[in-house]
Amino acid sequence: MTAIVTIHIQEADFDIAREIAAMTKGRTDIGAVVTFSGICRGSEGDEPIAALTLEHYPGMAEAEIMRHAETAMSRWPLTGLTVVHRVGRIRPGENIVLVLTSSQHRQAAFQAAEFLMDYLKTSAPFWKREEGADRSGWVEARHHDDEAAARWTKS
Amino acid sequence: MKLKYFAWVRERIGKAEETIEPPADVRTVDDLIAWLSKRGETYAYAFEKPKVIRAAIDHAHVKPDAMIAGASEIAFFPPMTGG
Repeated sequence: MTAIVTIHIQEADFDIAREIAAMTKGRTDIGAVVTFSGICRGSEGDEPIAALTLEHYPGMAEAEIMRHAETAMSRWPLTGLTVVHRVGRIRPGENIVLVLTSSQHRQAAFQAAEFLMDYLKTSAPFWKREEGADRSGWVEARHHDDEAAARWTKS
Repeated sequence: MKLKYFAWVRERIGKAEETIEPPADVRTVDDLIAWLSKRGETYAYAFEKPKVIRAAIDHAHVKPDAMIAGASEIAFFPPMTGG
């Protein structure tokens, strides 16, 4: 059976169980499903976070996520791949991003999910604006994320 | 060609997009940043640290030395913080 790639960029929250069901429905070739969901934290260090607002580049965000999905599909034997990325105002405790991968055996699903998250963090055109108690500002990209993404090109 | 700005680049310039026709000697993304910086204080402020600015041509990431000829849309933005 062909692998199915699903990519959504949306303001609305996602239902993880429903996305897994959609990805696995009717298939008997899936032995592993890996789920990663990114959640809005309530604080950054000592600073409380009131909300995050996610801006994105419509058109390019979808294209860039698809490029990484295609790379993941060509590097690992996946049976399915889903990315849902929310945009707009998100409060602490709420979902931000979902990555699902499925494969016959777990290694491909685990590695592809990590690869996708490392690239989503560095290459997908989204920007977070953080609102604190009495100030707001743009979140800065982390060196750590660039290093995480870079290791996928060394192997 | 259409230019699009995102996040604090957009905030500093004061607009999300515009259509411009740069002169023929503006050949690369770097040239375009330098040319835009001269257009006014808001642009100079947005591009004050060119090395921090990322660019995309027609929805694909490009390096600062990429040629802009033939581009329909060029976007400038800070390092990304999605995911």
